[in-house]
Amino acid sequence: MGGAKNFMLRLLLIAAVLAVWEVLVKITGVPEYILPAPSRIFYAMYNGIKSNVYPQHFFVTLTETLLGFLVGTILAFMLGTVVALSRRVEYFLYPFIVMFQAMPKVALAPLIIVWFGLGLTSKVINAALVAFFPLMVNTIVGLRSAEEDRINLMRSLAASRTQIFFMLQLPNALPYIFAGLEIAMIFALIGAIVAEFVGAERGLGMLIQSMNFNMDVAGQFSILLILSLLGLVLNGIVNLARRHLLFWETANTGEETANTSKKGGSV
Amino acid sequence: MSEMNRAAQAARMDSPSSTDVIAVDRLSLTYGGGASGVLALSDISFSIADGEFISIVGPSGCGKSTLLKILAGLLPPSEGQAKLNGTPIRGARRDIGVVFQTPVLFPWRTVLGNVLLPADVQGLDKEKMRKRAMDLVRLVGLEGFENRYPRELSGGMQQRVGIIRALIHDPAILLMDEPFGALDAMTRETMNVELQRIWMESGKTVLFITHSTSEAVYLADRVIVMTARPGKIGDVFKVDLPRPRPLDIMNTEAFGAYVKRIRVALNADGGLD
Repeated sequence: MGGAKNFMLRLLLIAAVLAVWEVLVKITGVPEYILPAPSRIFYAMYNGIKSNVYPQHFFVTLTETLLGFLVGTILAFMLGTVVALSRRVEYFLYPFIVMFQAMPKVALAPLIIVWFGLGLTSKVINAALVAFFPLMVNTIVGLRSAEEDRINLMRSLAASRTQIFFMLQLPNALPYIFAGLEIAMIFALIGAIVAEFVGAERGLGMLIQSMNFNMDVAGQFSILLILSLLGLVLNGIVNLARRHLLFWETANTGEETANTSKKGGSV
Repeated sequence: MSEMNRAAQAARMDSPSSTDVIAVDRLSLTYGGGASGVLALSDISFSIADGEFISIVGPSGCGKSTLLKILAGLLPPSEGQAKLNGTPIRGARRDIGVVFQTPVLFPWRTVLGNVLLPADVQGLDKEKMRKRAMDLVRLVGLEGFENRYPRELSGGMQQRVGIIRALIHDPAILLMDEPFGALDAMTRETMNVELQRIWMESGKTVLFITHSTSEAVYLADRVIVMTARPGKIGDVFKVDLPRPRPLDIMNTEAFGAYVKRIRVALNADGGLD
């Protein structure tokens, strides 16, 4: 696909969906506190920008997400590496990993708020917790995915374990690690928002909730739009880093690896 | 290889001598261990002289790849031992070059980077190795491709990289496990001619495992026939054909006679799969 013509068709389709939405809301007379028309959403967005309420909340959520992503993925990479390299560690950690992986991590949010308060810390911890598992699982799978012949080649050269790790297993795991990072980035955003729902003084998630109490549905939609744009940008940054570091992968095989290895478990 | 080596090699038979690079002595391998274990290799003994080209042919499952793994130090034998230049092979060592069935290149390394992998692992002098790698790249006609990545190369070119990677650290022996099995028939013939040339120019000792009787005869000084279940050494054929051998030597009567005798030996032992 692609090409200027298809791109125009895409824009046209989006415009058509918005138009139908607008007309349907007008015809059926659905009240704005149930489903606002697109024009009302854009108007709410315009008001929000004009009154300058978005930036402070936006940067709070962004900080929580990025810090949570960093903490979660660094810990996930370290633990994943230890588990991948040591069957012994895996054996003893396995019950904990399985239990935490099966649990919906967001269900911990209320506890985390109780333990760490309404501020930044609880949001970062929640985001880190949700971002942790997809990367840990992909790190383990990736580090173990080196072909037997490649391992045999390194062994036949009398390579040390450290050399096999840095010269073969780590570069070999990068496609899996990046697939994990992509999921972790979006999961971190989800973790931050959910924690804000449970209890926060600032942030886009908190803003959605306070608008909900005021029946400002158009305002909520405008924030959903901002959040999905934020998600797109964050995902794009990871993708850019991936393309830069995984120069040997063509776009196609990269996507295949990503699809086959996107098994990060639940949020 | 020097003339003296050739003369010595012509004079010798299968008895071990001081010029042997490889000496395999009553080697056996049992998978699984104990009384219920599966005997994969049984009582294997042979030796390879310096600069000699040996082919091993045998049916699938005769344990020829297992034998190669033992010689590469990747697998310990259950009984007996293999010696390389007089010292027993126990675990991986730095004076062995292995070429696998597939090229086994690292996609994140360039052609030159892949060729230099053994030098990087073994911490050899970078400048010297770079020059040597470029010489090897020229030897197999890959100049101009040294900065390309493996995915940009054809199957035959990739396997050439696999071969010169096994030569970069100047190993005492080159172990090749059906290296051309995955190539199409025409590329395979070209690679056979090329391998003969590389062998004659480098003077390396080569152990070459193959399924193909004619490939074995074309390349080897001696062809060892292995039989299956358990893997044993059958007949050994000395191939007295002049070098360098052109491809159309395969159409001569003498060549055909060797192939036929080896086929008969293989069939007597249950035949090729």
